[in-house]
Amino acid sequence: MTAEKISQRLLAAGVTAEFKPTTPDPHLEIQREELLQVALLLRNDPDLAFDSLMCLSGLDWPNRLEVVYNLFSFKHRHKITLKVRCPKDNPIVPSVAQIWPTANFHEREAYDLIGVRFEGHPDPRRILLPDDWEGHPLRKDYQPPEFWHDIPVTVQLPTAIDEGN
Amino acid sequence: MKEIRELNLALGPTAEKWELLRNASDPFGERMTLQMGPQHPATHGVLRLELETDGEAVTRLTPHIGYLHRCFEKVAENVSYPQIVPYADRLDYVAAMNMSLGYVLTVEKLMGIEVNERVKTIRVICAELNRIASHLIALATNALDIGAWTPFLLLFQEREHVLDLLEELSGARLLYNYVCIGGLAFDLPEGWTAKVREFCDYFDPKIPELNDLLSNNKIFIERTGNVGVLPPDIAIAYGVTGPNLRGSGVKWDLRKDEPYSGYEAYDFEVQVGTGEMGQVGDCWDRYMVRVREMEQSVKIIRQALDRLPEGDVKEKIPRSFNKMPVGECYVRTEAPRGEIGFYLVSDGKKTPYRLKARSGCFTAISALPAFAPGCLIADLVAIVASIDIVLGEVDR
Repeated sequence: MTAEKISQRLLAAGVTAEFKPTTPDPHLEIQREELLQVALLLRNDPDLAFDSLMCLSGLDWPNRLEVVYNLFSFKHRHKITLKVRCPKDNPIVPSVAQIWPTANFHEREAYDLIGVRFEGHPDPRRILLPDDWEGHPLRKDYQPPEFWHDIPVTVQLPTAIDEGN
Repeated sequence: MKEIRELNLALGPTAEKWELLRNASDPFGERMTLQMGPQHPATHGVLRLELETDGEAVTRLTPHIGYLHRCFEKVAENVSYPQIVPYADRLDYVAAMNMSLGYVLTVEKLMGIEVNERVKTIRVICAELNRIASHLIALATNALDIGAWTPFLLLFQEREHVLDLLEELSGARLLYNYVCIGGLAFDLPEGWTAKVREFCDYFDPKIPELNDLLSNNKIFIERTGNVGVLPPDIAIAYGVTGPNLRGSGVKWDLRKDEPYSGYEAYDFEVQVGTGEMGQVGDCWDRYMVRVREMEQSVKIIRQALDRLPEGDVKEKIPRSFNKMPVGECYVRTEAPRGEIGFYLVSDGKKTPYRLKARSGCFTAISALPAFAPGCLIADLVAIVASIDIVLGEVDR
């Protein structure tokens, strides 16, 4: 089933799922209040049967945070990308870890690096960084601390070179 | 206490055992917390498993990762698209060709580049050679963790032959930086295909030798058969992919089911676990899937060498990477340790806006607490060895 048809099906079920024709992969925009409802629909509807969460990523835009879900169905072999927005001053998104257990570690990573909080997550801790680290490094405005437990934090990121003309 | 000891001795479905252990009381306060790692010879790097044990039985398991976090995603946001290729190599440093191939295919999809047949074929040869090298490490360390020293030396010796071939091709033994966006860094050196053919003929009889030495060894079967059974539904729910998923009997291989880089044209069989030495999805199945996949890889390499067409390997390399198309895509490929997926968001600038790497080892570790508890500590070593993790890919 294509993304457009899935969007129509979700609309027919009474939830908003705005089809966005981004290239090369299109995506559906979901309201965060309806995320759990949409997730259950996508997983339990026999015609959709999205039983696999391939990837979950956090995204930091200048005015909002986003969580991206890449879903796949082993039964029908179709894919869909979902996006959920949340404001930076209230970065809370419902957790889908109970629906797709893959999300457990991926949501912890999105919290760790981007700073999205997942409501209802069974184990909401940092995953890659130490538990007492401050800030979320994949935010575009992130400034690393000078010291961590008296250890100097030296960060030297590489810079982009011009490739061709 | 008695119930738990009896439980340890009885072999049975892991999920049931786990349920019993979780609910079992601890009236004498005998449970204790044990840290396995981060410096432990059997965790394949810096992985820490926090175990709650009752005698020799593991009743709860919490993986702690991040000791090898190298900020791949942050670095990727600061460098240009071709500069990321060597960083991508370092994700899974024993299968670097497969890592850079996955990344390069993602950028090619974003830019709409279709490479020629020669490039595709050479990429397949490289990816399969690297898959053999990577599986050899996986099998060697699996045997070593369980206590077999000889296969380790034997398999590392075979791996040297693959590394020599890849070294002649790219100049490096482990981190090749050979696959690049739109093509390859150089064409094949003279006489290289003949050497690969020679290697295939040499390698074919080594697999029955390995089976005689290790796969059908009574002690090895006792240590791995019926141990660490990963049921297919848990595997799919936790996003376990690659040989670990196929070990659980799920016939799923991206090379076959979502072909990329021309894999649809090759004739090979997807190998799945069948529970020959116990139950479907035990450590022996996961081990054996890798052995059989090496045979299939040799088969693919032979076909690729037969069809290798002429062409310019740098034909489609873009002249400039300073202006990129705006867009986003998720591309996944079959690496030796499961699905490596890249989610790429481009805002048109010369650096990616966001690049997320989804690795097969990361999800395999996340499934550990769901199927490993209930085993003995010594069996946990066998389980961790059989899911074949590389911490570079887990922590990124």
